[in-house]
Amino acid sequence: MVFTVAHLKRGEKGIIKEFRQDVLPIKLLELGCLPGNQVELIQIAPLKDPIYINVNGSHIAIRRSVALQIELEPIAGHE
Amino acid sequence: MSKDIKVALIGNPNTGKTSVFNTLTGLKQKVGNYPGITVEKKIGLCKLSRGVKAHILDLPGTYSLNTTSLDESVAVELLLNKNAPDFPDVAVVVSDVENLKRNLLLFTQIKDLKIPSILAINMADRMDYKGISLDIPKMEKLLNTKIALLSTRKNTGIEELKTLIEKYKELPKSENLDISVIDPSYFKRLKNAFPGEDLYKLWVVITQDVNFTPLDKKDIQSQSPFEIKSGAELKRLQHKETILRYQYINGILKETYSVDRQAAKGWRAGLDKILTHKIFGYLIFFVILLTIFQAIYDWSSVPMDFIDEQFAAASEWVKNTLPPGVFTNLIAEGVVAGIGGIVIFIPQIAFLFFFIAILEESGYMSRVVFLMDRLMRPFGLSGKSVVPLISGTACAIPAVMATRNIENWKERLITILVVPFTTCSARLPVYLIIIALVIPEGRLMGLSYQALTLMSLYLLGFAASILAAKVLHQILKVRSRSFFMVEMPNYKWPLWKNVFYTVVEKTKSFVYGAGKIILAISIVLWFLGSNGFSDEFKNAEQIVTERVAQEGLSPNSQAFVSNKLEEFTATMPMNITADGSLTPSAAVQDSLSILQADLRTRVINQEIASYRLEHSFIGKMGKFIEPVVRPLGYDWKIGIAVLTSFAAREVFVGTLATIYSVGNDEEETIKNRMSAEVKADGQPLFNLASGVSLMLFYAFAMQCMSTLAIVKRETNSWKWPLLQLGFMTIIAYLTALTAYQLLS
Ligand SMILES: Nc1nc2c(ncn2[C@@H]2O[C@H](COP(=O)(O)OP(=O)(O)OP(=O)(O)O)[C@@H](O)[C@H]2O)c(=O)[nH]1
Ligand SMILES: [Mg+2]
Repeated sequence: MVFTVAHLKRGEKGIIKEFRQDVLPIKLLELGCLPGNQVELIQIAPLKDPIYINVNGSHIAIRRSVALQIELEPIAGHE
Repeated sequence: MSKDIKVALIGNPNTGKTSVFNTLTGLKQKVGNYPGITVEKKIGLCKLSRGVKAHILDLPGTYSLNTTSLDESVAVELLLNKNAPDFPDVAVVVSDVENLKRNLLLFTQIKDLKIPSILAINMADRMDYKGISLDIPKMEKLLNTKIALLSTRKNTGIEELKTLIEKYKELPKSENLDISVIDPSYFKRLKNAFPGEDLYKLWVVITQDVNFTPLDKKDIQSQSPFEIKSGAELKRLQHKETILRYQYINGILKETYSVDRQAAKGWRAGLDKILTHKIFGYLIFFVILLTIFQAIYDWSSVPMDFIDEQFAAASEWVKNTLPPGVFTNLIAEGVVAGIGGIVIFIPQIAFLFFFIAILEESGYMSRVVFLMDRLMRPFGLSGKSVVPLISGTACAIPAVMATRNIENWKERLITILVVPFTTCSARLPVYLIIIALVIPEGRLMGLSYQALTLMSLYLLGFAASILAAKVLHQILKVRSRSFFMVEMPNYKWPLWKNVFYTVVEKTKSFVYGAGKIILAISIVLWFLGSNGFSDEFKNAEQIVTERVAQEGLSPNSQAFVSNKLEEFTATMPMNITADGSLTPSAAVQDSLSILQADLRTRVINQEIASYRLEHSFIGKMGKFIEPVVRPLGYDWKIGIAVLTSFAAREVFVGTLATIYSVGNDEEETIKNRMSAEVKADGQPLFNLASGVSLMLFYAFAMQCMSTLAIVKRETNSWKWPLLQLGFMTIIAYLTALTAYQLLS
């Protein structure tokens, strides 16, 4: 199974892997959702959607469908 | 020699552009800590030294030149059109010191368009708090620009910014990056196809539509015949561009920007834990709403009573000062009372705007969006629809505008269509007066019945909008792309200056807007009420006098006269005994008969007046629509008030005041007047059944021309506002009908 932002638990972090470029909206990249950057999950709303993350200093909330597209490298110590 | 300078404030959402605008121009407008508060451009004037004037343009925030929603495209379209009258001489890129990296992305793009740019780094007051330090001179050199470090909160750095604006001609115009490296051969072909055009600008124009729903966008694309790449390919290049820019920015920031994590403090984490909690988050949201409505009701009662008294006194004064007549009645009872009927709601409306401004300023609104998004989606709405729905409780017009940051066209359209169901402040006057008439006083668990009724009406408004959204979601077939993202800004202590100006400005425009309509409508109504063409109207005096001579006074008038006489006899003998029986009893008898004669003329005059009213133009119109409104429990007078309310709801009270004053010369408040109205069978006209029916009608009907006009503008077609008008009015009629028939 691929490990994505949607699989993080509260407070967990991961590093963004290369992703299929055409699926992610450009806006996310512009906010710092770039390969190599760190993502921290801050809060998940009930029903697991939306997901509130801190990526590269930007605090944003995105929907689960999008979060599932952002593949992560777990940070050592987790998983 | 002075030349005016055109300055555009551009930047990411929520970086303080509007605050800078306010500080520079002194011309205040709404500021809020919710991304997307400014949805349209605004212009203000700023005086620089030596008589130079700067026209400052405040624009909606955008994360980059690749727009994904309507509010963002406002700024980009301006920058791409060199011939636009607003095209800036200089761009001030306002950025937030805490998010500098992301803010610089937009800055480098604007710089690459070769527009002279100043980097304004705002929120400098947060630097110590967050442990941030900057090397400004070095950054200026690396970015090849001029930087102003400022704080609108602490009012520092503004003068420096003004000086930089004044000397805009000295700004370096060169670009930051050479964009063509992302695909050299493509850019080379581009250059050959459009010689003399700026390459980066071409690129931005070509990619404009890639991320955007084609439906809500004017077509920039049409002028560019050079599109040989597919959307996916272009998007790939855009990704490349973004990565390139971030590499560049990271390189610069490494040398000039540092954060001491040890020193960084903040409430964000702690507050977020509670405010976005699965259970407490919703609980807190609900309690906040409850508090707001209870406060609106409780805190405003004192100032409202005061205003009521003042207007009653004013109308009395007019009556006593001007020569008596119908025209004086119009001023005293129609205009003054009508305006009073609006002014009295200033306290409540101001409180409402005050609370909404605080929610936006503090950063809480984004948390609400986060909490509500999933819950709203089954109804075809987005979490972002919650903000328009809440600010719709103040007024639907700004609420419809506030939908512009919803990226998904279908979600946005549905939000626009259902926003007018929320209880806007124009409904308050109607609700409050009817609640006062038909809902008994008394308390349930510390909350008054009247406040509870009002609260239920608000909930009903929300419920109606949600349900309507659900239905529209099922039936509307609209193609749209979906991407949702909301920024969660830092929590901020509200800038009271901003809150204050918001409240003043919004309240003022409400009162003026409503005041004008009321004035116009009361004059028209007065004219229609005091003119007529039928014989009955012209001969009213004769007809009524004859009828009274034959049949005597009407039961109503008789009751009125005997009431007054009783009152008089009840007080009279007491006075005499107090005087020591010096007044002969014959005098009492005398004054009694004088009074009786007096009262008789008065009621006859009144009967003539109301007979005339019934046969005037307005009476005819009222009678004409009466069959339609009778099943709802209204008489023709209320029918007229409901009809005029289709211009704007708040004219209801004023309309009734005008109609009643034409047909009546008693000095009384509108409320007393309304409670004294009786039906043909002598029962009060306003009872629980007709009151509830009226409130429901106002809850659902689309009675606001301004909102319809805005919806037309925002959806770019008459189809949607007409649909809205139709379905809302049908729902209103049917529920009011059901309620009246069940309750009576
Ligand atoms: N700490 C601090 N807060 C500020 C400063 N300037 C503005 N703010 C706050 O930042 C928030 C956003 O300000 P706005 O002026 O509405 O920002 P904007 O860029 O116009 O936002 P949009 O129109 O939504 O793009 C508000 O809560 C302000 O109180 C500042 O210098 N320091
Ligand atoms: Mg703004």
